[in-house]
Amino acid sequence: MKIHEYQAKELFREYNVNVPQGGVAFTPAEARKAAEGLPGFPVVVKAQIHAGGRGKGGGVKLAQSAEEVESLADEILGMTLVTHQTGPEGRLVRKVLIEQGLDIAKELYLSILPDRATAQNVIMASEAGGMDIEAVAAETPEKIIKVFVNPLGGLQPYHVREAAFGLNIPPAAMKGFGQLLHNLYRLFAAYDCSLVEINPLVLTADDQVIALDAKVDVDSNALYRHKDVQAYRDTDEEDPLEVEASKYNLNYIHLGGNGNVGNMVNGAGLAMATMDIIKQAGAEPANFLDVGGGANAEMVENGFRILLSDANVKGILINIFGGILRCDVLAQGVVEAAKKVGLEVPVVVRMEGTNVEEGRRILAESGLTLITAENLKDAASKVAEIVK
Amino acid sequence: MSIFVDKHTKLLVQGITGKEGQFHTRQCLAYGTQVVAGVTPGKGGQTMDDVPVFNTVKTAVRETGANCCMIFVPPPFAADAIMEAADGGIDLIVAITEGIPVMDMMRVKNYLKDKACRLIGPNCPGIITPGEAKIGIMPGPIHKPGGPIGVVSRSGTLTYEVVHQLTAQGIGQTTCIGIGGDPVNGTNFIDCLEAFQNDPATEGIVMVGEIGGSAEEEACDYIKANVTKPVVGFIAGLTAPPGRRMGHAGAIISGNSGTADAKLAAMRAVGVHVCESLGTLGELCAGVFK
Repeated sequence: MKIHEYQAKELFREYNVNVPQGGVAFTPAEARKAAEGLPGFPVVVKAQIHAGGRGKGGGVKLAQSAEEVESLADEILGMTLVTHQTGPEGRLVRKVLIEQGLDIAKELYLSILPDRATAQNVIMASEAGGMDIEAVAAETPEKIIKVFVNPLGGLQPYHVREAAFGLNIPPAAMKGFGQLLHNLYRLFAAYDCSLVEINPLVLTADDQVIALDAKVDVDSNALYRHKDVQAYRDTDEEDPLEVEASKYNLNYIHLGGNGNVGNMVNGAGLAMATMDIIKQAGAEPANFLDVGGGANAEMVENGFRILLSDANVKGILINIFGGILRCDVLAQGVVEAAKKVGLEVPVVVRMEGTNVEEGRRILAESGLTLITAENLKDAASKVAEIVK
Repeated sequence: MSIFVDKHTKLLVQGITGKEGQFHTRQCLAYGTQVVAGVTPGKGGQTMDDVPVFNTVKTAVRETGANCCMIFVPPPFAADAIMEAADGGIDLIVAITEGIPVMDMMRVKNYLKDKACRLIGPNCPGIITPGEAKIGIMPGPIHKPGGPIGVVSRSGTLTYEVVHQLTAQGIGQTTCIGIGGDPVNGTNFIDCLEAFQNDPATEGIVMVGEIGGSAEEEACDYIKANVTKPVVGFIAGLTAPPGRRMGHAGAIISGNSGTADAKLAAMRAVGVHVCESLGTLGELCAGVFK
């Protein structure tokens, strides 16, 4: 789960990771008030959305006076910010972070994340701070230091030394850097983070080490033990259809773009493969929807409603591999859902597995105009033909 | 022959008295699996159908000689259950549970490093040697006993689809393993490839991967150096958008890494027979494995 920069900085403060003074504002007046509470100018006005690249998109501005803070906040609040991470539709800015400007001597990059291949936590650090780290990794991988930490033993002083010497931290800032990394690791482990990232981490002219930016992603599987992070969820930052689907515990991802084939599948791998085969048949999948390996009739019904509320969907493909859950039960679910929700677009159903004959009979006798498919290939070409 | 499990496997079920545990224990029993024990703390002394229930893995192993376990324990307690099984004398641990926090699995993985036991999963359908033992939640009847093909996959229902297409072509399976959709898991592709390569009954392998991580690429390096049997490969997620978790916790493209294209390219480069479209997998296998 993603959280906002200002929320991440709240966690940083709690864990004694240095951040600039500042506060969040929802209106230009609040922004001005927040700026007046800071030690002086310049002050930075930063758009708060769940996407990187905000500076380049015009969502981060420097102000020299309280008036300027107010007018810049007025400009940024309500703007649709487009960055390389938002997609062309951009994201509406609803809040800004107002922060003190710093006297920056050097910008660094620092992050911690779990490395799936080694099952170790990895600290990534670079002197190429403030830049797109993906680009640094691709073009100049030698500029990135990686320090692996065994999760059973935790962070040791030598890990910190490896990072600090690798980053050429000046002697006067050594202690500050060590404390910051130590505290950051504590936060990372305590909150089940899938990423903590500071880009840039700055060294100030007076040798302080401060997190100018803050990004924290928390493992969704671990949210049950982090009630405070659950409260950070901002549904304004999510796709409305995805918010709706999450209420029913449906694994739904809205693809947007020109996707026009809605699809519902049981199981994540099969759902991905179904999207792929739709594309290969010459159509565009509109979504990913996994109703679960053990889906029941109610989940099928809710999934159906979500698919139909996507205005771009011109045809639906239901692909169910009946295993433990029998095809006849699923067919019943589909029929009931279709009757309740109404069939506004053509629906192709492909079922396979346990009791498939009985399932097909139920669909055929339902009186609904469902299009049945013999196999996956057949299903994909039928639905592609419909939306053509 | 088969890998990891056969008709001699003696199964213990952790979380046997829960709804899922009960249901799937019965399915395994019906398939012919030797289910010798269950564990639910506080319910020791009871029975689930005719299966004796114990409070701890250690007692269950001592009393019944169980050498394999299947875990249905909910996510907050699953890491503990895996470590209990490892220290309780279980050789093969199959963790079905979906939704275990990554940090928990990182600790488990490092904890198991020096132990002799093998972990399959978590977030997986389990493992089946058709006609001998079913340790998991997969539907038994879609499988065809007697080999000669081994199947290894990161997915659940997608594996059923693959097995179904094999069976429809008259191609049987030696063993089918779901290694799970989580970013940190126990047994990986390479472990299974090695075991299939060494299993005389297995004549060919189907490997089903998906976006996220680099396990498929590493498996390809292994295939190049060590696998002489024909391998058919499939990757799900060509159309998956970057940065989104596609149902499985491990199925996510981060930046430029973990894409389906990169995995397919790695497979082609080492001579794996790539299945371009899932609809044709059965036919492709019939050609390759004839």
